[in-house]
Amino acid sequence: MNEDASRFDADDQGWFGEVGNFGGRFMPEALISALDELTLAWHEAMADPAFVEEFETVLRDYAGLPSPLYHATRLSERVGCRVLLKREDLNHTGAHKIRNVLGQALLTKRMGKKRVIAETGAGQHGVASATAAAYFGLDCVVYMGAVDTRRQALNVARMRLLGAEVVPVESGSATLKDAINEALRDWVASVDHTAYLFGTAAGPHPFPSMVREFCRGIGDEARAQCLDQYGVLPDAVAACVGGGSNAIGLFTAFLDDAEVDIYGFEAGGEGFDTGRHAATIFAGERGVLHGARTFVLQDEDGQTIESHSISAGLDYPGVGPQHAHLAHIGRAVYRPVTDAAAMDALALLSRTEGIIPAIESAHAVAGALGVAEELAATKGPEATVLINLSGRGDKDMGTVMEYFGLGDGQ
Amino acid sequence: MSASTGTAFAAARAEGRAALVGYLPAGFPDVEGGIAALRVLVDSGCDVIEIGLPYSDPVMDGPTIQAAAQQALDGGVRIRDVFRTVEAVAATGTPTVVMTYWNPVERYGVERFASDLASAGGAGLITPDLTPDYAPEWIAAADSRGLDKVFLVSPSSTDERIAMTTAASRGFVYATAVMGVTGARATTSDLAGPLVARTKAATAQSGLPVGVGLGVSTGDQAAEIAAYADGVIVGSAFVRVLLDHAGDRAAGLAALGGLTAELADGVRRG
Repeated sequence: MNEDASRFDADDQGWFGEVGNFGGRFMPEALISALDELTLAWHEAMADPAFVEEFETVLRDYAGLPSPLYHATRLSERVGCRVLLKREDLNHTGAHKIRNVLGQALLTKRMGKKRVIAETGAGQHGVASATAAAYFGLDCVVYMGAVDTRRQALNVARMRLLGAEVVPVESGSATLKDAINEALRDWVASVDHTAYLFGTAAGPHPFPSMVREFCRGIGDEARAQCLDQYGVLPDAVAACVGGGSNAIGLFTAFLDDAEVDIYGFEAGGEGFDTGRHAATIFAGERGVLHGARTFVLQDEDGQTIESHSISAGLDYPGVGPQHAHLAHIGRAVYRPVTDAAAMDALALLSRTEGIIPAIESAHAVAGALGVAEELAATKGPEATVLINLSGRGDKDMGTVMEYFGLGDGQ
Repeated sequence: MSASTGTAFAAARAEGRAALVGYLPAGFPDVEGGIAALRVLVDSGCDVIEIGLPYSDPVMDGPTIQAAAQQALDGGVRIRDVFRTVEAVAATGTPTVVMTYWNPVERYGVERFASDLASAGGAGLITPDLTPDYAPEWIAAADSRGLDKVFLVSPSSTDERIAMTTAASRGFVYATAVMGVTGARATTSDLAGPLVARTKAATAQSGLPVGVGLGVSTGDQAAEIAAYADGVIVGSAFVRVLLDHAGDRAAGLAALGGLTAELADGVRRG
């Protein structure tokens, strides 16, 4: 074990677990000084009570946090034990992502930078970034794969309405990974006056740790709410994992609770056997992508393989290095959930609870209901499963209409 | 045994001039065409050859090299083709290094990559997204075979990092002239001179040569940089010539030879 790090956190070089195992900082030298500067500024900010208070205030008054912990009674009856939903779908802009961007934008303001850049896949992080930029009065450029700008025209319009410039990226596969590449190219040339609002708990140190800390309110709130409302800790917690920001935001509060099982559900796409999936931990090989050593979907020459998922937010061929570490040491279990299972869960939650989840979050619901049924069988109705409902499904209605044939004339 | 890039820099220095380092990606426009183009660079005056390993996610490359690398990948280029290209170019006696993003090396196996590179006659690696503080495996593999380790310094590097980076480098150190990605630029950067001066201060003892790259495309720019640096590195401008003559390979190679000669003249005027 790496002596500088706790059992679960990174050391000061960004390594999770053994030095060299997962994480680190595989980046052009041109960006190293900026990453060092960011690390220092972030540590100083988190040690400054005024910064922490301002962050908490903006989360409460602007983003609507803390989000409720909701007992899904009809769903609970169905599986035979208590199912709790952490309602991040009720947050401003519709997902947990507002926590991360408000934290990073507040830090940008503190560092005196006036311009932010961001990458986005489906557009959720882009919308959240554009929102935070509008709130703090920052210039904002969002890079988005050209394939995604066509698929997610509504979110492109939202970002532009909020005042952001959206740049379609045509290179490579013209999806999320290429948007990250293009944002990094911008940053190499603009780093003296620009902050990169990274959208997930991946990338080079300090992003995996910093994004986690800005998102960890999910788990901190949920743990306290569960104890307060039910007097117990959950037997299991569950979240979907793409890059892994909502999942690590939930998991962090429970890592030291050995009695709490932790589950991450990756996008199984059309199934492992088809090769069309985004189950990076389940099926990937160790490698380096976007600045961190982690699990990567790649061919035998180390070329990144394009991932596939019905959920754009999970459609990423890498994963945050702390998740790779938690999987490696066995503290968390990661399983794939297929497109079909996720869509079934989306319909089920809509009809039993009146909650339309994001397709990303529906992966967590699908996987967690399986866990809940196992727990109900072994522990009975007192078992408790806590699911992070990371976002709401409004943005997915086009996909949902097509998948279930809900449109006019169908 | 492969020729070290340091030998070529020393030979240029003995002639009182800077060395010319020429880059093209392997497999562009195809493997044989790429070898032919690299031989033109050798024949027309490059002192060191840098062969790019095409990668799916090249974050330090601008549109020109991205386009060439993508064409190579679409054509099915493999790492074994890169080694074949290295072998063909190194056989000319001109020191030949591979420029690669880190993941392909890691996936191939660092030891195995170093071994196969050395067997092909390659002199070493330029690693644009690997800094010495995260490179213990590569440093060990390179040191055991005497391979060149070309790390990068940037205008944003602190003096401490320049000292650390130059101490870890062998062959030469690559100074990026601008804050930005690869690609030809109309004027040379005013950041390059101060960066080279800071880097030279760190290499005064070791004599490690300092090459300057990013944005160089003409003989005049080469001459300007050659006045204060040990090497001038050109990539995108060569790729551009080949892209501009995509329909006529013979004309492309002729134009490539012409540009190389102009740049080779430039480093002699500096």
